[in-house]
Order: sequence, then structure tokens, then C-alpha cells
Amino acid sequence: MNVADFVALLPLITISVTAVVVMIAIAIRRNHKVAIAISLIGVAASLMSLSLAASNAPLQITDFFILDSYSRLYMAILLGATGVVFLFAYDYLKRRQERPEEFYLLVLLATAGAMVLLVSRNFASFFLGLELLSVALYSLIAYVRTQSTSIEAGIKYLVLAASSSSVLLFGLALIYADSGSMELSQFATAMTGISGSTNTIPLLIGLMLVLTGIGFKLAVVPFQLWTPDVYEGAPLPVTAFIATVSKAGMFAFLLRWFHVHGVGIAGTPGLVLTLIAIASMLTGNLLALLQTNVKRILAYSSIAHMGYFLVALVAGGPLGAPAATYYLIAYATTVLGAFGLMTILAGSRDEATSIDDYRGLLWKRPLVASAFTITLLSLAGIPLTAGFLGKFYVVAAGASQSRWILLFTLVISSTIGLFYYLRIIVALYSQQTDSGLVESSARPLPLPATLVLTALAALILLLGVYPAPLWDAIIAVTRDLG
Amino acid sequence: MILVSLILILLTSGIASWIVARRHETSARWIAVAGVGADFLITIGVWIANTGRAQPVTRRWFEECNFNWISQFGIRFHLALDGLSLALLLLTYFLGIVAILSSWTEIRQRVGFFHFNLLWVLAGITGVFLAADLFVFYLFWELMLVPMYFLIGIWGHERRIYAATKFFLFTQLSGLLMLVAIISLAVIHQRTTGIFTFDYEQLLNTTMSPRSARLLMLGFFVAFAVKLPAFPFHTWLPDAHTEAPTAGSVILAGLLLKTGAYGLVRFVLPLFPGPSRELAPLMMTVGVIGILYGAVLAVAQTDLKRLVAYTSVSHMGFVLLGIFAGNEIALEGAVIQMISHGISTGALFVLAGLLQERIHTREISEMGGLWETMPALSGAGLVFAMASLGLPGLGDFVGEFLVLLGTYRVNVSLTVVATLGLLAATLYGLRFAQGAFHGPNLHHWRLPDMRLREWTILGPMILCLLWIGLYPQPVLNTLRRSLATVQQAALPQPLSGDKR
Repeated sequence: MNVADFVALLPLITISVTAVVVMIAIAIRRNHKVAIAISLIGVAASLMSLSLAASNAPLQITDFFILDSYSRLYMAILLGATGVVFLFAYDYLKRRQERPEEFYLLVLLATAGAMVLLVSRNFASFFLGLELLSVALYSLIAYVRTQSTSIEAGIKYLVLAASSSSVLLFGLALIYADSGSMELSQFATAMTGISGSTNTIPLLIGLMLVLTGIGFKLAVVPFQLWTPDVYEGAPLPVTAFIATVSKAGMFAFLLRWFHVHGVGIAGTPGLVLTLIAIASMLTGNLLALLQTNVKRILAYSSIAHMGYFLVALVAGGPLGAPAATYYLIAYATTVLGAFGLMTILAGSRDEATSIDDYRGLLWKRPLVASAFTITLLSLAGIPLTAGFLGKFYVVAAGASQSRWILLFTLVISSTIGLFYYLRIIVALYSQQTDSGLVESSARPLPLPATLVLTALAALILLLGVYPAPLWDAIIAVTRDLG
Repeated sequence: MILVSLILILLTSGIASWIVARRHETSARWIAVAGVGADFLITIGVWIANTGRAQPVTRRWFEECNFNWISQFGIRFHLALDGLSLALLLLTYFLGIVAILSSWTEIRQRVGFFHFNLLWVLAGITGVFLAADLFVFYLFWELMLVPMYFLIGIWGHERRIYAATKFFLFTQLSGLLMLVAIISLAVIHQRTTGIFTFDYEQLLNTTMSPRSARLLMLGFFVAFAVKLPAFPFHTWLPDAHTEAPTAGSVILAGLLLKTGAYGLVRFVLPLFPGPSRELAPLMMTVGVIGILYGAVLAVAQTDLKRLVAYTSVSHMGFVLLGIFAGNEIALEGAVIQMISHGISTGALFVLAGLLQERIHTREISEMGGLWETMPALSGAGLVFAMASLGLPGLGDFVGEFLVLLGTYRVNVSLTVVATLGLLAATLYGLRFAQGAFHGPNLHHWRLPDMRLREWTILGPMILCLLWIGLYPQPVLNTLRRSLATVQQAALPQPLSGDKR
């Protein structure tokens, strides 16, 4: 390890150090303001240290890590999302929680775990990052101890995540037994099936078991069962964190593993992933139709959106990885906005989760309702929002590789999806009734969270109107991949 | 730059009237009128400037603007105006002003947001009629949906949410299929030429296998057929038209349906000449089915707005028939029909709105004998009913006549069947006029007659219908060159339409 390696690893180191500093600060004296200040400074420092190493060529550090521009882009996404979660969480925790400080510590740890996922080039470091992320999440989901739903969700996640981790470990063991290697690049060709080499049965089983573990974290069908309950039970900032950082980290890893220029994923893995994508798109959107709880709707919609990612991933080709990356950025921005505004509206006892809570919101809180409309339209993929260009990009990736079945499923399922987004929008714009948010409508909006929300809404529109600079950056970044 | 400013004026005046409405509602309405009026004047200016002088043959577009937008996919913000767009833009702004004026007293809640949506729909429609890049076209195509959805969903009648959602889902599903088709077309173009582009003129001559051409054409066709609406895809229309507020119905019937027909003329025929020829008999049959089906159902309606909605299905059947007849006369007839149907049906919806404001019902059986108490309004109603049933001397007749004339050369039997639709049109037209305005005044209505504002809405509409009905030549002159280009691209054969 030389100086350049340290510089490259600086973002990871900064975040870990910040976590330790927050812990020490809490031990000395509990202070909510100090905790969030340290955490935000840490995230900002980590973001800045990304630029220090920006010019470096891809750098392999030991057998475990690879730091290239791709991982730096994703780290920037994760850190940005974490910062936004902090800003939303501050006011929420102040209102609802007696001891809010550890929240920041746990989120920092989870972020560090997610960052390890996207720099790993080896299954061992991948597992390390995954567990760091998961263990922090167990306690985060159950963070509001006074609420039984939160604890229930935490335990559910604990049991399911632990079993999926063990399945994944077993898969890793099979892979290692068969091939004697843990290195990611060894298995890219095995998954894409281009070399024509036939995989041995244990290797194939091992890879499928690993996919199971990954699928659990991404919440794709048939590993999605935990999603609605955990989304509903977890405190809103944590839900936002799961929906963005945790999924983005895992997705970046998947993309690094599978991305091969020129062709998409074929063979048995290709078939399996195609089926998973189709099932996720349809199941997510169909089940969301039955929900009346906005958090659950967004949970099912996230399942469907993961299906759209998989379309880009399976399609591959020169457009596949950029499309998936852009979709992820668009989705993360949008969903952060959605959960963020729910955080703002949450009362001191109950979160505003039922659709009925949002009835007539436009006439009470025009700013929040407009932001909500923008995020929902972006989720539905209506033009001038980031979500539309994401969908456009995914369809372009699919069409250029002639993946027609996937595309038609995407078309049908996103039409179904539109229906429940419209239901929320209808509620927002309906006549004012006395139901809805009685408690919070008297309270002034918290300033930092409102500013962040406005910025996110503006970003959604900006990405939807002028994506060219970001697209160029993404193309450049995904070029050194694979 | 003129073209961009057309859209920008609408967008900004929409925002302005939303903001102003908080303080003063009437000035918000005036801002909206001023915005659309400014666009109307600009378009008339462009029209006068371009019809007077002899046009250079090399120039396809009257006005054009072209900016680089997303270079990675070769997407350019390319707007272009030719005769067809110009005629439809004139219609757009005319009906836009009508829509604003007709909701002057009807809309009393959330006036600012209403006008915001109204103007943004108009901006979307403007974009659709101007786009010369398929990505931009799709963008505006989708963009006009959202404000329209709000117009129906917030200010509509009893079943507004059902109607608005149905409208949105139908158009969105078909629109996404078109998006897939658009992207596939660009991908095919890239494979053959190496250039990724969505530019209309560059994509015109894409070489592709007949099978993929047919599939792509169907992708486009579905989107336009839903909007048009052609026969099996029409079920959203009666609901949406009936539940929408007056301004919404005017814009839906007058303009949104026309975007479907415009798409067929502008994109389907020139981009896919082979499949268009091949599938023309099928499309014409669908058109004729629409004519008869719409007319027969219209006869059976008791709700005034529903009746008018079904007549739209029937009239748009003529448009579909004319577009796929494959000769220039029919095509010109189809476009004339689009314009005059926009005016006559728009006027009928305004009329339905006026009646509803006065007697609070749309049931024809509740009316009757209105002539006695409102002679002027009833007279206007009679004119529009006559226009809608195709009385010579009014606009619709010219369109239908030209369509039938053109179709007769291609397919005699279909023409005969389509003419039966005119018969049914007489039935519903007379039934409406008879039931609403004539007969004894059983319900003893005592109602105020037309006011000045209502005269200013309906008067010009009557004049326009008479103008198109008696002297359609200026409109035809405007259209001829661009339709000839379309026809040339679709059917490279000697033109037969110039003899008239």
C-alpha cells in the first residue's frame, strides 16, 4: 500500500473515521446538533476526497478492492443520498425520538458497508460489505423502540436477511470448492456465457445461490416478501435509506460483476434474470394496486423499478450499463424526494402513510404537494422528469439488443403502475376535507428539509430536461468497467 | 425562434395566470386570453407572410428551429412549420381562446390552476404539431396528457376521476408502444447508417425489412388510433368528453383528437409507405366501421355531451378513411374535416356547456321548446347541428365530400357504406335539434338568451364554418404543398389531385 492507494481509499476511511468520531462524541455528551454536524462534515469531507483521486486510473488495492471512476461515481451517489437522508432525518428524529444520536452512527456504518460493496472485486470483500450494511440496518429498522411495527419489521428483516446471507455464504463455498477462486472477474464470463464454456453443476448452483442473496437485498421477485413490511415498519428516513443506498450499493456490485461490453447476459443465468425481471415488474405493479398505504405502495413500486433495472442489465450492450446507472440516479433522486416529503409531513406520533392523509394536500401545502406530484410523475415516467429519461434509456438499451419480451412487459407494467401513482395524485388534488393531516398542517415546515426537498424536485426536473452532461459522465465512467 | 416563442408564451402565461389568480381571478383569465391571443396573431402573421408570395420549391418548411439537445442519442430540439402544422395551429389557438372564454363563468374554483393547465395543454399540442424530431414529438405527446388529466379530474362532472384515469391509461399504454416503436426505428436507422438520430427528415428514408416496418407502423398506429379514436380503441372517449368541463371537452374534441390524425398524416404515411399501402384496406374498413358505429350510437344517446362525443367517433372515421384512401383529394378532405370538425364539435360542446349552465342538465329529454325562450342560442345550435350532419355550405360537408370523392376512386363499396353514415348523421343531428329546441316547452323553461360573451364565442365559429363551407380554397392552398409531400412520400406516383 502506497500513498496513492491511501488517497484512493480516503472516502472509505473518512466515513469510517466519522462513524468512530460520532461514537466518541456521543460517549462524551449526547447532543443531537453535534451528532448531525459531525456526520454531515464527514460525508462532505468524504465527497471532497473523491475528487482528490478523480484523475487516477483504475487502481487495484490488494485482492479485495478496485477503485476506478465507476466506483467513484457510485460513491458520490451513495454519499449524496446519505447526506440527504441525514438532513431529512434531523427534524424527524427531533420530534419523535428521545435518543436520536445513534441513528447517525448506524447510518454511517451502513453507508461504509454499501461503499465496500461497490469497490469490491472479490466475493470475500463483497460479503464483508454486505454484512456491515445488513447489521447496521437491523438496528436502524427497529430504531423507534416505542413502536411495535418498527420492532416487528426489524426482526423480520433480521431473520430473513440472516438466512439469505447464509444461503449466499453456502453459494460462495460451492463456488470456491469448484473453482478455487473468489475473484469476481473469473465469473463474469461464467454468467454471461459468451465463451461457450459449459459451467459445472456445483459452480452454477453456487452462482444461483449468490444471486439469491443479491436478489434478496435488491428485493426482486421471488425474494421480495420482506419489502412492504419493512418499508412500512421502518422509520421514514431509514426507509429512504434502504430504498436508495442499500439498493444502489448492491446494484453497483451486480453491474460490475455482469457488465460485459457487446453482449447481454445469455444462457441459464440470462434466462433466470429475465424471468426475475418480468416477475418483478408485473408483481410489483400489480400488488401495489391493492395498497392504500403510501409506504407500501412505494415498496411495491420499488420492486417494479428493480425489474426495470434488470431489463437494462440483462440487455447489456454498449447502452446497458449507462442506462442502468442513469436509471439508478433518477430513481434514487425521485424516491429520496418522495420519502423526504413524507418525513417532513410526519407528525410527532404518527407518520402520514395512508393515502387519505394526503387528500387535498395541494390546497394546504402547495409546495410539498407540487414536489410530491413531480416525484410521482417521475416514478411513473412522464416526460420532463428524470424518470422518463431513465425509462427512455432503458427502452433504448433493450431495443438495441432486441429484448422484445422484456420491453413489452415493461410497457404493460408501467401502464399498470401509472394507475396507482395517479391514485395518489388524485388524492393530492381532491377537494379539501377534514381528514388528512390535521396535526402537521398547523406546524411550520422545517427549513433544511424543505430546502433539500426543493433541491431534489429541481434536480428531478433538471435531469429530465438536460441530462447530457450526466450522460456523458456516465458513459465515460462505464467505459472502464468490464 | 418564432416557433419556440409560440410554446414559451403559452408556458409563461400559464404560470403567470396561476400566480396572478391568487389576487385577482379576472385578470388571470385575461392573461390567459392574451397569451393564446398573442400566439394566434403570430400564427396569422406567419400565414399571411407565407401564402402571399410564391414559395420556393426547395424549402419544405415555412419556419424552422433546430437546437442541439442530447447529442449522445442525436436528439435535437427541432421544430418545423409547414402548411399542415400552420392550419392546425390556427385551429389550436382559435379553439384555445374559445375554451378560455367558455369557462369564464363555469369555472369558479381554483381559477389560476385551471388556466395553468389549459395553457399547458395548448403548449403541448403546439409542440406536437411542430415537432420534427421524434423524441421531441413523443415528449410533447405525453406532456399534453398530464394537464388534460387534471382538467378532467379536478373540474369535471360526476364521474370525473374514472373518466380521467381511463383517458390517461389508454393514451399512456398506446404512447409507450409508440415510444418503443420510435426507439426501434432509431436503432434500425443506426444499424444501417451508423448515425443515431431521431430527426424526422433523416428517418424518412430508413431502409428496413417489410416485417419490421409493419410492426413499427402498428406501434405508431396504435398510439394515433387511440387518440383519433378509431373503432376498437374509442371507449375512453365518451367518458372523457362527457365528464370533462366545457373547456376540456372543446380541447379534447377539437384538438386532442386531431393530434392523432396529424400523427397518421405526418408520421405513419411518410415513415412507413409500404405497410401503409398494404394495410390501407384494413384501415379504411376500420374507418368505415367507426363512421357507422359512432353514428348509430350517437342516435341512441340521451345525454347531449355523450351524443356529441359519439358523433366525434363517426367523424373521425371519415378522417381515417380519407388518410388511408391513398390519394390527395381524400387526404385534403380528411384535413379539412379535421379542421371543421374541430370547430363544429367544439361549438356543440360550448353549446352543451351553455345549456348546462342554464338548466343544469345534459339530458335531451329534459329540454324541448327552448327556441321559445332562447331563440338566438337555439338558432346557433341548429347551425352547428346542421354542420355536424354535413349540410352543404358548412365546413364538414366539404371535408366529407372530398373524402368520399377520393375514396370512391379506390373502393366503391366502402364509399357506399360510408355514405350510410351520413344518413345516420342526419338522424342524430335532427333528433338533437328537434328534441332540444323545438316542440312544446314542456318544462316551462324561462331562460336568458345569449349574452355578449357568448356571441363572441359562437359568432366567429359560425363564420369560420361558413367560410370553410363556401370558400375552402385558402385553406386548401395552405395545405396543398405539405400534403403533396406526404402523398409523394407515401405513394410515389403521378399526382391526380391537382386537376380540380
